[in-house]
Amino acid sequence: MADALPFSLGGNRRVVLGEVEVSDFDGDLPTEVMPLHMGPSHPAMHGTVRIALEVEGEKVKTADVQIGYLHRCFEKEAENATWTQIFPYTDRLNYVSPMLNNVGYALAVEKLLGIEDQVPERAQYIRVIVGEISRITDHLTCIAAGAMELAAFTVFFWLIKGREWLWELLEEVSGARLTHSYVRIGGVVADLPEGFSAKLREVLGKVRLAIADADKLLTRNKIFRDRMDGVGVIAKADAGAWGLTGPVARSTGLAYDVRKDHPYLVYDRFDFDVPVGSTGDNFDRYAVRLEEMAQSMRILEQALAEIPAGPVIVDDPRVALPQKHETYNTIEAMIAHFKLIMDGLHVPAGEVYSFTEGGNGELGFYIVSDGTGRPWKCRVRPPCFANLAILTKVLPGLFIADVVPTFGMINMIGGECDR
Amino acid sequence: MAKIVLDRMREGFTAGEIIETGSMHGNEWARVAPCAWRRVAEFLRDDPATQMNLFVDLTCVDRTPREPRFDVVLHLYSVEKKHRVRLYAGVAEKDPAIDTLVPVWPGANWFEREAFDMYGVRFAGHPDLRRILMYPEFQGYPLRKDYPKEKRQPLLRRLPGSV
Repeated sequence: MADALPFSLGGNRRVVLGEVEVSDFDGDLPTEVMPLHMGPSHPAMHGTVRIALEVEGEKVKTADVQIGYLHRCFEKEAENATWTQIFPYTDRLNYVSPMLNNVGYALAVEKLLGIEDQVPERAQYIRVIVGEISRITDHLTCIAAGAMELAAFTVFFWLIKGREWLWELLEEVSGARLTHSYVRIGGVVADLPEGFSAKLREVLGKVRLAIADADKLLTRNKIFRDRMDGVGVIAKADAGAWGLTGPVARSTGLAYDVRKDHPYLVYDRFDFDVPVGSTGDNFDRYAVRLEEMAQSMRILEQALAEIPAGPVIVDDPRVALPQKHETYNTIEAMIAHFKLIMDGLHVPAGEVYSFTEGGNGELGFYIVSDGTGRPWKCRVRPPCFANLAILTKVLPGLFIADVVPTFGMINMIGGECDR
Repeated sequence: MAKIVLDRMREGFTAGEIIETGSMHGNEWARVAPCAWRRVAEFLRDDPATQMNLFVDLTCVDRTPREPRFDVVLHLYSVEKKHRVRLYAGVAEKDPAIDTLVPVWPGANWFEREAFDMYGVRFAGHPDLRRILMYPEFQGYPLRKDYPKEKRQPLLRRLPGSV
């Protein structure tokens, strides 16, 4: 430190810091580009991602987003599993909306089997209902965690409480709080429990109040708005070229929602709107998610009113397990049960790309079957993967503090992004 | 539904460049010669009748023992026209390489890195081709069919009886 000269603010003196000569009246201290690592054990990075930043003072110069911390070899495992055994793996893709992944995968395999028209209507309604509940829990998580990272801890508690009520309902439906594995190829594993509609209506009422409270705390809150408005802006032209889908794409004004543009299941029977943003900043992404939850509740109410009675899984011994009492009492059902459990179902050779609207955007399954009992390739098109990639373009130019809300509103889910 | 996309491709390119087209389970697909990969992509993006402005997915399939061994698979969608298409390009096992699509759709960047990471296919002209899900010291390409599921990596402690 022999060369370092004393430095004080005030007084029109010139000081020498290292090689650079500056005047303390120039305002800015000399800076040099400094590497800064956010994550993977940074609280706002959720333990699943690392952003290697190069900062100049408080400004981000370059951002290298590094993923892979939650890679669990989904594809490799799927190639070695029977078609039904893949369901638990799909639960663990987007683990805040597992039902949507279950449904997406089931639809892809049903297309390969050619039975997508035979799935009973009640099963399709159930899939819509559990899927929309999952979409609400997904958005609740995103807004709650995003607000918490901006120090709005109350919002976090209120919204996570709402998420828990919904998950308790799904637990009642499937037996598991998070890893539901409730959907099967050809339908769903069991009917909704008794009194489900009344409970869901009651919970939706409570969740609505929680969301309204969060809305009051956030939407006109100056601290929140200052960190969201005009920060992390994504242009509409970039959205398509970067492969953005879901709320992130819709916040830029790109009105693409698979449920509306290519209705699957029974989505064409429901009346709902697709909210879009105008500026593509963080606040738009927040607002789009807030409105989408209201739209999901509209769909849920219509589905509850219209849901027909009937079977919940296709009646085809090559695809679905026979009823338990038949398995125990008839030799045919016993053999079908044994073959399905031991060999798995047989999907004819072919290829399909099937896409649904996941919590974060277009969730695609590209499956190659070679006609054996296991998929040759089972590729997931993860919406977060594309949504996160654009951060390498958006972050440079922002302040370090802006990285947190921008990352939060992308809603990167490690399980889905890394698979 | 997306037949017009296939028709436009056949009009704009020779039979040697668009090798085969078809439709399966509601998905239209076309097999493209690797030398025309980038030009076909640019054509699909810019042609007013196709307008493939949403880059959806890029991955790879190991079709061993077929030759060429790998297929690079691209999914595209048009938000305005509401149609989509799947493109294949065969890549040989020896020195697997194909043109990058990053200049056409910047979103291809991470998807190509993943295909490189998992299958070892190189994308010529890619600005930053390194592993993305695996770590740099990882040896081999895990989604190739000849990569054993139980294989241990040098950085990991070996278990008795492991490959």
